[in-house]
Amino acid sequence: MTETSRIESTAAIGAARDERLRQQSGLRRLLSRPELGAFAGAVLVFIFFGITAHGTGMFAADGVLNWTTVSAYLMVIAVGAALLMIAGEFDLSVGSMIGFAGMMIALPTIVFHWPVTLSVIFAFAGALAIGFINGLIVIRTGLPSFIVTLASLYILRGLTLALSILFTNRTIVVGMKEAAEGTFVGFLFSGTIGDPLFTWLADNDIIGRLPNGDPSVRGIPMVVVWALFIALVGHIVLARTKVGNWIFASGGDANAARNVGVPVGAVKISLFMLTAFCATVFAACQVFEFGSAASDRGLLKEFEAIIAAVIGGCLLTGGYGSVIGACLGALIFGVVQMGILFTGVPNDWFRVFLGGMLLIAVLFNNLIRRRVVGGR
Amino acid sequence: MPAAAQRPEHSQPPVLALEGIHKTFGGVVALQSFDLEIEAGEVVALVGDNGAGKSTVVKIIAGMLHPTSGRLRLDGADITFADPSESQARGIQVVYQDLALADGQPVYMNMFLGRERVIGPLRRLDRRGMIAETAELVQALDVRIPSVRARVRDLSGGQRQGVAIARATHWARKLVLMDEPTAALGVAETARVEANIRSLKERNLAILLISHSLDQVFRLSDRICVLRRGVQVGVRRTNATSNNEIVSMITGLS
Ligand SMILES: Nc1ncnc2c1ncn2[C@@H]1O[C@H](COP(=O)(O)OP(=O)(O)OP(=O)(O)O)[C@@H](O)[C@H]1O
Ligand SMILES: [Mg+2]
Repeated sequence: MTETSRIESTAAIGAARDERLRQQSGLRRLLSRPELGAFAGAVLVFIFFGITAHGTGMFAADGVLNWTTVSAYLMVIAVGAALLMIAGEFDLSVGSMIGFAGMMIALPTIVFHWPVTLSVIFAFAGALAIGFINGLIVIRTGLPSFIVTLASLYILRGLTLALSILFTNRTIVVGMKEAAEGTFVGFLFSGTIGDPLFTWLADNDIIGRLPNGDPSVRGIPMVVVWALFIALVGHIVLARTKVGNWIFASGGDANAARNVGVPVGAVKISLFMLTAFCATVFAACQVFEFGSAASDRGLLKEFEAIIAAVIGGCLLTGGYGSVIGACLGALIFGVVQMGILFTGVPNDWFRVFLGGMLLIAVLFNNLIRRRVVGGR
Repeated sequence: MPAAAQRPEHSQPPVLALEGIHKTFGGVVALQSFDLEIEAGEVVALVGDNGAGKSTVVKIIAGMLHPTSGRLRLDGADITFADPSESQARGIQVVYQDLALADGQPVYMNMFLGRERVIGPLRRLDRRGMIAETAELVQALDVRIPSVRARVRDLSGGQRQGVAIARATHWARKLVLMDEPTAALGVAETARVEANIRSLKERNLAILLISHSLDQVFRLSDRICVLRRGVQVGVRRTNATSNNEIVSMITGLS
């Protein structure tokens, strides 16, 4: 603290002669952070459902597990989408990639009897290669990534369906639970951790039990661990490293960044590979949790990821945003989605409420941000 | 018009030599057989009307544009720069006409963008160090900005120019290219930039200065190179020419 203020005061010497300048206080800087609006939005959403979904089990252990898992799945892809958006690009192929990566895991395992570990490695390698190609096309042609990845969206979705039909004559490939039984990758993507803790909690009547006597929550699902891990790494890279700084610069001012020697192309291509990686983590968790891959998996997930990033304060124009914000955005989305189900809104009206709630969250977020940052 | 007649004899090769540089944009000929040499510790002014091709010269030297034909030599050795990062690595710094700052980033990050300082085994950004050093630099050059943490977007045009100049001065080791560095500056600020240019010259750096102010050119430069519609119409020693001669060379009227 003293260190910082000393630096501040050194910086202020040059400015001391101009009295019009106002000192930027630490509080103000805190308030102008991109994720502030999302934080306020998350609090609002929790208060809303705390009242409307009171007594529905949404905040009992298994209810919490339910919306945490949904949010974690979204968080996995939202972090990638946010970093890419900050670098000034979009990846619309994320949803299709989830379906395609799932097939890249399931088809070799079920049809060609590969060991499941090998299939997972194959899927990750394939996805990274596709991400690389997406990025390369965007960088080399200068076409908007919106268009390039829209093409990938169709190609990958089409391939997912076509290959599934070609090899199995069905649109869903089952048997993955059995194939992953007892393997490390099975645990890595669909296991749980902290089981003894939850047994202890149930033994002490802190959480409930299922009819068969098991604790209502077995443990923390690995997808939650993945989400936190990706978020943590993403946050550190963005906020604390050179590369993070290059991501901001590539999105805000690609030319200025290029002029001073920032490898803008490499940064962007890596981030397209990251979104593909995140989609594959999503796919692997889902394939092993459901025990199957299907040709319609991940439908519209690209938009959910972008919405989460935007709720979290990322600007569609690039150069501004945060990983923590995107995580809060994913949490808001997951809580709203599940909260509506808990409050018992008829299924037919579900999307209307979801859209409405999201609009309110975004407007609220925007209002807060404008209040605080002023001007812009 | 032998080039050697226009500069003092030196045993060392010039810091930078351009030979027969040609640059066309589609049908537009922006530069035609352009030759220029710049010595260490020398200020060469490049003057000419709007669209004469001055910025094109700067961009070619910086590696942002590639000449259609012609050669560049640095310290006597042939060189081609694939992009601006390569010219920077060789000690060349540029103040671009459009400044080329990252608007969304704070001042200190602009100062260090692409050369960020890191600390510790995890190579974390050393924000504190960069802020302190920028503050020092900005103070030394008397660039008046609200704070080194201010975003460039929130600065005035002159303040931005100050930041761009401070960045170039800080990193230059060999050659500084300045494309209208004082275009947005007030009287006092202009005087400070001129003092800054003189101190670069004292540090034995070579400077290529583009300016529309002939007074400034006469105050600072050792030689003046005149461009008209992409053609070099002549190079003069500053102390052996007059304002009138340069004006008539620029306009082509006598
Ligand atoms: N990227 C480009 N594409 C096409 N033409 C260009 C390009 N850049 C420059 N030109 C043309 O080349 C010529 C020289 O431009 P340049 O920017 O070098 O002029 P200048 O001498 O710097 O002018 P000013 O004093 O207005 O800055 C102009 O006719 C311009 O239209
Ligand atoms: Mg110009």
